[in-house]
Amino acid sequence: MRAGVFWPIAVAVGVVFVVVSRLYLTNEYFYFAGYVVLEYIVLSTAWNILGGYTGYTNFGTGAFFALGAYSSAVLHKLPALLHTTIQVPLPAMILVGGIVSGIVGLGTGYLSLRLRGVFFAIATLALSIVAQTLIVNWDFVGGSRGIYIIRPTLAPLGGGYIQYLFTLMTGLAVLSVGIARSIERSRLGLGFAAIRDDEMAAEASGVPTLRLKLISTTLSGALMGMAGAPLPYYVTYLDPASSFNLAYAVNSVAMPVIGGMTSWIGPVIGAILLGTIQQLATVTISSALNLLIVGALLILFVIIAPNGIVGLVQSWRRRREAG
Amino acid sequence: MTDALLEVRGLGKRFGGFVALEGIDLSIARGERLGLIGPNGSGKSTLVNCLCGTLHNETGTVVFDGKPIDGMIAHERTRLGLARSFQLPKPFHSMNLVDNIRIPLLYTVNARSGHHLSDAAIGERCMELLSDVGLADKARRRPRDLTQVEMRSLELARAVATQPTLLFADEAMAGLSHSEIEEILAVLLRLNEQGITIVLIEHIMSAVMSFSTRLAVLVAGHKIADGPPQEAIRNPEVERAYLGE
Amino acid sequence: MIIQSGLLLNAIIAGILLGGFYAAVSVGVTISFGMLDIANISQPAFILLGAYAAYITNLYLGADPILTGIVMLPIFFVLGMAVYRLYYYAFERRGDQAIQGLAFFFGLLFVGEVSLVLVFGVDYRFVAASYIGPSIHLGIVELPLRMVLPCAFSLIMVALLQLYLSRSFIGRAILAVSQDGLALQLMAASPTKIKQIAFGISIATCAVAGSFLIIIQPVEPSIGRDYIGRIFAICVLGGMTSMPGMLVAAMLLGVVESITATFYGPSWAPAVSFGFLLVTLAVRPAGLMGR
Repeated sequence: MRAGVFWPIAVAVGVVFVVVSRLYLTNEYFYFAGYVVLEYIVLSTAWNILGGYTGYTNFGTGAFFALGAYSSAVLHKLPALLHTTIQVPLPAMILVGGIVSGIVGLGTGYLSLRLRGVFFAIATLALSIVAQTLIVNWDFVGGSRGIYIIRPTLAPLGGGYIQYLFTLMTGLAVLSVGIARSIERSRLGLGFAAIRDDEMAAEASGVPTLRLKLISTTLSGALMGMAGAPLPYYVTYLDPASSFNLAYAVNSVAMPVIGGMTSWIGPVIGAILLGTIQQLATVTISSALNLLIVGALLILFVIIAPNGIVGLVQSWRRRREAG
Repeated sequence: MTDALLEVRGLGKRFGGFVALEGIDLSIARGERLGLIGPNGSGKSTLVNCLCGTLHNETGTVVFDGKPIDGMIAHERTRLGLARSFQLPKPFHSMNLVDNIRIPLLYTVNARSGHHLSDAAIGERCMELLSDVGLADKARRRPRDLTQVEMRSLELARAVATQPTLLFADEAMAGLSHSEIEEILAVLLRLNEQGITIVLIEHIMSAVMSFSTRLAVLVAGHKIADGPPQEAIRNPEVERAYLGE
Repeated sequence: MIIQSGLLLNAIIAGILLGGFYAAVSVGVTISFGMLDIANISQPAFILLGAYAAYITNLYLGADPILTGIVMLPIFFVLGMAVYRLYYYAFERRGDQAIQGLAFFFGLLFVGEVSLVLVFGVDYRFVAASYIGPSIHLGIVELPLRMVLPCAFSLIMVALLQLYLSRSFIGRAILAVSQDGLALQLMAASPTKIKQIAFGISIATCAVAGSFLIIIQPVEPSIGRDYIGRIFAICVLGGMTSMPGMLVAAMLLGVVESITATFYGPSWAPAVSFGFLLVTLAVRPAGLMGR
């Protein structure tokens, strides 16, 4: 597929998806579940830009995601503080969420200066806990008690508010996948791959590794923040325990690993597969058990199929060509 | 001040309490072929790492082509024209050979002002460079399909792709057969004739002696000899370092 | 003022006792990460396993937790060797990217935590023993026995390990393999076997550390996450391979956490250890004692 053709196709798919859903699917549950799967498409694609493409493992997805959510919470409360009735529109909140988490991503990028692989991963986990502790102690956004967000009754674009959130998240999914694919085929993507394969050799070959790593962490963080921004309106009750939930961290690692880290399609496959399984499992079996399944699948795939489903398909194809 | 290509004054590097290099003065003239030898652990690779910016030297100054480069990070030095091949080949494993060569072309050659190769030109240049080291037929393969020797050649090709003025060839010949050594030497000689100054860091004495126009000897972090190969070799300190007391 | 300084003094003492316990918790990672270069972030899961094991025996057999910990040592040792076998087969042998290894342990941590939730639920569990409750009073200083005993036993355990590593053949082989696998092969010992034993030891410490944990505080499955930061902060700050360094770092962290909790509230405690870790990594990756 030529580069120029992808974006229009992706956007078209997104639009068709939304339109068809809204015309034919009236079951509210579909929108609630679908939102989560789309959210995971964004999160795992974002994770994979730093993880699969650049080779830096991030365990702190929860932090970037939650900071996006909490920046929306702040913006939600801001009008009351300023004694106006003008509400901040959600798309603007998404942008702000992206900027906030993008800046944190930039800071995280500087961490990578000093820390090789493993230490970087642990540091991201540390960052996540520190961010969570800060939020827990911040009363303006409710601290550990959490905050209640009331969904507006009127949704732009007609239909219910949940359909609106669903549409926005579809847009974000298209955006993130489009960005990932553009990177993959570009000079930037090649630079990321060089860093992943051998950072020292990349630097010696003229690749400005710090600059590229900063781009990677900022972009990854920003996308995660954007994915988190609509969360308060989705859950209507926002609290640190659930928004920083380690489930986000595990899923955003498991989905690209299981789907395949070398291509934009891997995280998408992983997100749809695992996301759907989990949504079904939460309804039928306990939610704790479904996290167990994710963890077990992660371990399994990492051991026997380290290149994920995409990798399995590729080697199957290669064997077919050879045989 | 001479118009030496690389001027090193008083360079020193420590690792905690261990002194890897001390008081290194070195002057590399344009177009020369300098051989850098010394026993294992004498600091040769450390010196290369410091000069190329991979490691940071605590003391000393380095001037390249009239420009002080202390504090410059590795990729900046590469873009100035300082290239190196690694002692243990460090190829980009997930890419084929063409893309391995594409990286320095995209990020060094195209990053310099003026020079801007089109995608097509880059593709051609990759094949040219691979042919020069005899890897053209494996262009679409991955590094894991290469033999040790071929990986060394890839290493060199990648360094040459940056269009350097000064090239550090760090032990490119260890473990090679006699004819393979001759091949690599021929490549290096050709590069030198094209105007690239070469520093050959090597253990294989026959190669170093036949190739170098000048020899520098490093022992335990100090430079103990520097001059025409035949003279430097006969320096009593050098003999002692290699043969023991 | 006297009340303040009394509070401070007790906070410091409590911190030191806590630090002793933290040493037991971190000594395993000093071996697996510091010496074997295996980033076992699932260590807290094994510690919790040890804690719950002590809980069960205490509940149904009335057994002393520390005794349980000691009895569980061989079981956890074998478990550790099994995990290493799997790790070696899957990753070290292939020389894969670091991501896969990290993802493996991350998955293990998660599976461990969630399994405990499924079996025991999210309620806090605790043990009953004669030394939980009473304290020794020395003037204004209060020494809760439930902190003193774990601290004392921790120090004994760390000392024993240090002795083992520096005196026994296998112990010295472990130190050797952490520095130079090739030298070890020349000693006609298999590096893999040695690493397997070392990793087994690192997990075995979790049996005992877990029993200390449930003596000091009630446990529930998710508290393992707080310990990841503490463990790695202590390991890095302690210089990775140095036992004495690790001990000092553990005490330091314990004291800082204790003072923060006393004067600013316990909700800041997790941030302290992780903040510690970030600062250490940023400023002095070689740790207090250097490497």
